[in-house]
Amino acid sequence: MTPEQIAKMLQDKFDQAIIEARVDGLHPHVVVPADRWHEVAMFLRDDERMKFDWLRAISGVDRMQDGQLEAVYDLHATQPSAEPGGLWGERHSFAVKVRMPRDNPHVTSVADVWPAAEWHEREAYDLLGIVFDGNPDTVTDHDGTHPRRILCPDDWVGHPLRKDYQFPEEYQGIPGWAGDDRPLDKKK
Amino acid sequence: MSFMVNRFEEGLMITSVDWALNWARQCSLWPVTFGLACCAIEMMATGADRWDIDRFGAGAYRPSPRQSDLMIVAGTVTYKMASRLVRLFNQMPEPKWVIAMGACTIGGGPYYKYGYHVVKGIDLILPVDVYVPGCPPRPESLLEGLLRLRDKIAHNTIAKASPSQAESAA
Amino acid sequence: MSEIELQGQPDVLIDVDAESSADMVTEELLINMGPQHPSTHGVLRLLLRTDGELVLEVTPHIGYLHRCAEKIGENLTPKQYVPYTDRLDYLSAMNNNLTYALAIEALAGIEVPERATYIRMIMAELNRIASHLVTFGCFGMDLGAWTAFLYSFREREHIMDLFESTCGARLTYSYITVGGVTHDLPDNFVERLREFLDYFDPKLPEYDGLLSNNHIFVRRTANIAPVTAEQAIAWGLSGPIMRACGPRWDLRRVSPYCFYDRVEFDVPVGEGQMGTVGDSWDRYIIRMLEMRQSVRILRQLLDQLPDGEVMAKVPRTLKLPPGEIYMETENPRGQLGFYVQTDGSPIPYRVKAKGPSFCNLSIMHEICRGILIADIPAILGSIDVVMGEVDR
Repeated sequence: MTPEQIAKMLQDKFDQAIIEARVDGLHPHVVVPADRWHEVAMFLRDDERMKFDWLRAISGVDRMQDGQLEAVYDLHATQPSAEPGGLWGERHSFAVKVRMPRDNPHVTSVADVWPAAEWHEREAYDLLGIVFDGNPDTVTDHDGTHPRRILCPDDWVGHPLRKDYQFPEEYQGIPGWAGDDRPLDKKK
Repeated sequence: MSFMVNRFEEGLMITSVDWALNWARQCSLWPVTFGLACCAIEMMATGADRWDIDRFGAGAYRPSPRQSDLMIVAGTVTYKMASRLVRLFNQMPEPKWVIAMGACTIGGGPYYKYGYHVVKGIDLILPVDVYVPGCPPRPESLLEGLLRLRDKIAHNTIAKASPSQAESAA
Repeated sequence: MSEIELQGQPDVLIDVDAESSADMVTEELLINMGPQHPSTHGVLRLLLRTDGELVLEVTPHIGYLHRCAEKIGENLTPKQYVPYTDRLDYLSAMNNNLTYALAIEALAGIEVPERATYIRMIMAELNRIASHLVTFGCFGMDLGAWTAFLYSFREREHIMDLFESTCGARLTYSYITVGGVTHDLPDNFVERLREFLDYFDPKLPEYDGLLSNNHIFVRRTANIAPVTAEQAIAWGLSGPIMRACGPRWDLRRVSPYCFYDRVEFDVPVGEGQMGTVGDSWDRYIIRMLEMRQSVRILRQLLDQLPDGEVMAKVPRTLKLPPGEIYMETENPRGQLGFYVQTDGSPIPYRVKAKGPSFCNLSIMHEICRGILIADIPAILGSIDVVMGEVDR
């Protein structure tokens, strides 16, 4: 199926849930609001013509200009070979972007749809602060209920990939910079 | 000292306690396996057949810090790893030495400017004896660092505490 | 549960609360493996919940090598960022460079000269052999076979010599950059590479005799932690460990990038020769078979290598038009993906690197139930993670 057909099928089925569809260009995708994402995900995985069984990556993006955070899901549908032991092929690949407000970024976890999502969601929370409700590895602490951090330590402050992130001056007594040098303050 | 001349057989060596201890220590530096990142691969290559580190006595990598006297920090140290690094260093018995291998351990390396999670040089947390620059350093550079460390050990004396001993005593 | 099946020996059931041991009080242990450990292939922490020797659960903890690659990508131009892509999966640096270069070239609309593409493919396949040699050597070392390590690093030094004569570096090359490659091949490179391939070909059956068919090695890896094809796709695995489960999937055949459609090669899959399909032995043997295929590809590439330029005309300040792309290539450990979003300035807005080892490692939790502690190095070695691309 071509990206245009996939986008059309999604728009026919979900109507209001597909905010935007960009099918020309190098990265065809549709934009879905956070509250409808889980049902769109189930449809993408289970529908006979779609069969997106392989979640490649979840990338979080900080859209400062819109005041939104965005999670980009890259999906893929494998085509098993017709004869046993033959080469597998690619049915189609597509992407879905889920946008949510920057000050309240919540979206339902799709770890029950694609188990691979668990770690990707933990990383998107760690680096950008997108809270995936229902992630299998969720903890509750002073920051609320959120997926457990995966890359930064558990007591790390802030979400590093946000555009307004402040680099730490020190962590557990170790200075953030050697001596008085502050390379980020230097003019280019 | 004329009574010693020609009194003993050939093969007797007379030396100082310092020299003997230093010779023993420098010729059997046993590193702890502390490869973190890309420099670890070059450290493994130094231990492999072409640049055999074992000919300098330093080929017996020990998995446990309690059995080693050298820590070659090979690779980037992050804030998450830093507490473990210090803990392992504290577990090593005296005398112990540290070689900072690679640009990341010297001053943060390529991650100096935008690496929020990278410790900008392990001398912020450990006393370092030899710095081996490179990204990653060639095995010959690491061997040169090892030889410089041997020279440094040759100038030690048991009458004075080494820097790490002084720090742990303080 | 009162009975647990011991992996590898399906007819043995271990009764964890048998009456005969009622006078013995056992408790579950939480054992910490790593982050400094000789067989965790880097800074990986595994939390084992064990009942004696039997492992009930394994939880990987990562992030000890998180080097902020994505934040750096948002602050540097593509040409400045290429050295950082080397350090993602530092054992296959050429392949990482290639993925990022392909992504940026697709966005910027740069066409790479033909000779440069052939050189890129030659370097990528050579690096695949070098990377699989390290896997072979370290897997053997983890299980106690020191000879494998020394043999593989001896072969690898020849490849390092070839790389060093071309671009000056032994491990992190930054050779494949936006627009082509930085230097042309040295004059005698083709002859030396042919000599190396002739020297290396008879070594592979030697390694089979050393390790692959070694009785102890087979006992330690066959039937250990098998992964089914459905599990592999659901958990997002890619690369040799996905092929070991059965699917004959190779990105170089599915959607060929560079000129992989001009060369012929097979895609080996796991067949459960020594045990179950998708067990640790299968994951290991795929890499040995892939090395043979890489040698085959290299010989064809050397025959087809044309003359010409090695670098396209790329402006000093490369303006990236607004857009986005998700580019994946087949690296030795799986499919490395770069998601790059640009907004018209010379510096990308967002660079996301999906390391294949990140997805491959997530299956540890799923498959490590009912194994012995001594099986963990076998499983980790067969999954073959490099923490540089897990943590980025």
